[in-house]
Amino acid sequence: MGILKTFALGGVHPEENKLSANAPIEVLPLPKQAIIPLGQNLGAPSKAIVKKGDKVKVGQLIAEASGFISTNIHSPVSGTVFKLDNVIDGSGYKRPGIIINVDGDEWDESIDISDTLITEITDDAQAIIDKVKKAGLVGMGGATFPTYVKLMPPPGKVAEYLIINGVECEPYLTSDHRLMLEKGQEMLIGTKILMKALGVSKAIIGIENNKPDAINHISVLAKDFEGISVQALKVQYPQGGEKQLIKATVNREVPSGKLPIEVGCVVQNVGTAFAVYEAVQKNKPLIDRVVSVTGKAVKKPANYLARIGTPIQQLIDASEGLPENTGKIVNGGPMMGKALTSLDVPVVKGSSGILLMKKEESSRKVESPCIRCSKCTYVCPMGLEPYLLSKAAKLAKYDIAEDEMVMDCIECGSCQYTCPASIPLLDYLRLGKSKVGAIMRDRNKK
Amino acid sequence: MDNVILIAVIALGSLGLVAAVILYFIASKFKVFEDPKIDEVEEALPAANCGGCGEPGCRAFAESCVKTAKETKALEGLNCPVGGNDVMQDVGKILGLEVEAKAPMIAVVRCHGSKTNSPEKVNYEGATSCAFAHALYAGEGGCMHGCLGLGDCVDVCDFDAIHMNPETGLPEVNDKCTACNACVVACPRDIIELRKKGPKGKRIFVSCINEEKGAPAKKNCQVACIGCSKCFKVCPHDAITMNSFLAYIDFEKCTLCRKCVVECPTNAIHEINFKPRKPRPEKPAASVERKPAPKKVEEKVEAGQTAVKEEKKETPNDNKE
Repeated sequence: MGILKTFALGGVHPEENKLSANAPIEVLPLPKQAIIPLGQNLGAPSKAIVKKGDKVKVGQLIAEASGFISTNIHSPVSGTVFKLDNVIDGSGYKRPGIIINVDGDEWDESIDISDTLITEITDDAQAIIDKVKKAGLVGMGGATFPTYVKLMPPPGKVAEYLIINGVECEPYLTSDHRLMLEKGQEMLIGTKILMKALGVSKAIIGIENNKPDAINHISVLAKDFEGISVQALKVQYPQGGEKQLIKATVNREVPSGKLPIEVGCVVQNVGTAFAVYEAVQKNKPLIDRVVSVTGKAVKKPANYLARIGTPIQQLIDASEGLPENTGKIVNGGPMMGKALTSLDVPVVKGSSGILLMKKEESSRKVESPCIRCSKCTYVCPMGLEPYLLSKAAKLAKYDIAEDEMVMDCIECGSCQYTCPASIPLLDYLRLGKSKVGAIMRDRNKK
Repeated sequence: MDNVILIAVIALGSLGLVAAVILYFIASKFKVFEDPKIDEVEEALPAANCGGCGEPGCRAFAESCVKTAKETKALEGLNCPVGGNDVMQDVGKILGLEVEAKAPMIAVVRCHGSKTNSPEKVNYEGATSCAFAHALYAGEGGCMHGCLGLGDCVDVCDFDAIHMNPETGLPEVNDKCTACNACVVACPRDIIELRKKGPKGKRIFVSCINEEKGAPAKKNCQVACIGCSKCFKVCPHDAITMNSFLAYIDFEKCTLCRKCVVECPTNAIHEINFKPRKPRPEKPAASVERKPAPKKVEEKVEAGQTAVKEEKKETPNDNKE
């Protein structure tokens, strides 16, 4: 394989703990009640178009996009709309949502539910983008940016490479890994479809070297697909970050504050590529996704194909219940995931995993003063100085934070992970980002 | 030797003279006239530079006082909250104007979701910043409008007037408050409001800003306003308005009759600095901690109901072991 590629700056290598890597994807039974929050994508929340008492089928449009950066939401179950109400999200805030009482499993007639693989791509680029938009696809890696927006480069910009993100650099999570092993063909056809939509001839699938089975499997399959190559990458967190992956695969650097299209790249997750296959070839909207349930104390670490709207509780029950000494339940991976405040929270388009942490590993260590060891600066993949930025944010010196490029922070948490003084660096960086972001928006308005 | 010293003295002396002449002419040419009253007014101000008046400091406030007085012959809209009426009277005297006395104001914390009233359901260990915690999650008690108790208001107070009570986990305002508005701006949840201080510090307010319906509000907090409208109906002065299941008392209209306080079923309306009521021992004065919650909801992590929020990374010790 030669010398493995990776990104140049910073990065850490936490213990991988891919406990559920060998667990095949299981189809999770339908929930009794599906809770569908309306804000499932980055950008504006969707607008509900059903009302209480309406009968809905699987795949029926229940909420439509309310702006350019917004997506459609389709019913993941069949049944009756119980009510439109505020539902609790992972952070404990109440946000508008739709609650559907499940009754049977009746699918919308337009969806092809057979298992036949459709290799031939008949749609043209515009038709593909329309279908992707209609199906409510978002980035499945967790950022939930509407996919169709990425497929429409701004005027004057031309995409050269499509990069498929199969890195899954977060410890514990295995949903993308299993998807590549089990739905490799579909994922590659999805990649082909994305290439056609973008008009690019080269696609690179980046996979970290801790998934040798996936690298082999996809490499063999990719031989039948012209223009698609597989790139094995050295294990390094946060390689799954868009900018880091571009640096690792095509050795280009995205300028500060710019999008990947600036250097001719479009990055999509493997989960998104699979969802694109389903949306374009099978006419199936985004109504389910693979979610890992994992953690050191979990009796049965597993990967589930769960419908959107399934309560997290049901996933944990399927993995033989909540372990006794659970201290924290994280939605996502241990590095970037967010702890949940309740188990009534549903699976949403961006949920990639549920991590149950033991009590002893879940609490923070006591913060001590900064010793200026500069470890945080050394590991920052964006070349920032987290100790300085966090101090600036803490002391409300937002002008300093802005000058020191706080907005470039990708919130990967490498700094906080490595800090020997256990300073909550990322917390303050996030605070700084939100404050500076607000200041910049205000300024742009004027 | 003497010669050298002499040359140096003459050279430097004449250089200084030339420079002085140049500076004199420049100074008189570019002289900016400044009303001497600005200095006088500034002298009268408390020099706290807190920004409570809306100007960036006492000097700027003095400038706008003089400017407004010259243009409108009044000090409309200008008030130094720190100095209060005394200082404004002094300023008026300097500028030769009559200044109307303003009712003194005080910051009021409109949340009583203490550790007993709104028992903690999750455990927060992140940065001690309300602004960050507000963006992260709803709060330890589950109320998404309630006080987060991390003290952003305490940090910004220049007057030692607001402190956290470790027992309740809520900030408390003392009489040093100058109503400078800093804590009002700092609170990410808009819990703190400036209200009339009232005669002898007597004031009545709804100590809740939760706009949810009664049941979900009460679920998270014993003393939430449930929007029952009882106070609205009983108020003889039309001082109470109901908006999205939340009562609000207009302090301009309120006559401190205390009828609403008795009526409130959740003790969400607080009266401060009143003498305790004699015939109603079961309803103690609202400023003291309410009777503890009847059932202690211990559904914390042990019960497996919830986990600690916080985006907390993999703990370093865990990985390095």
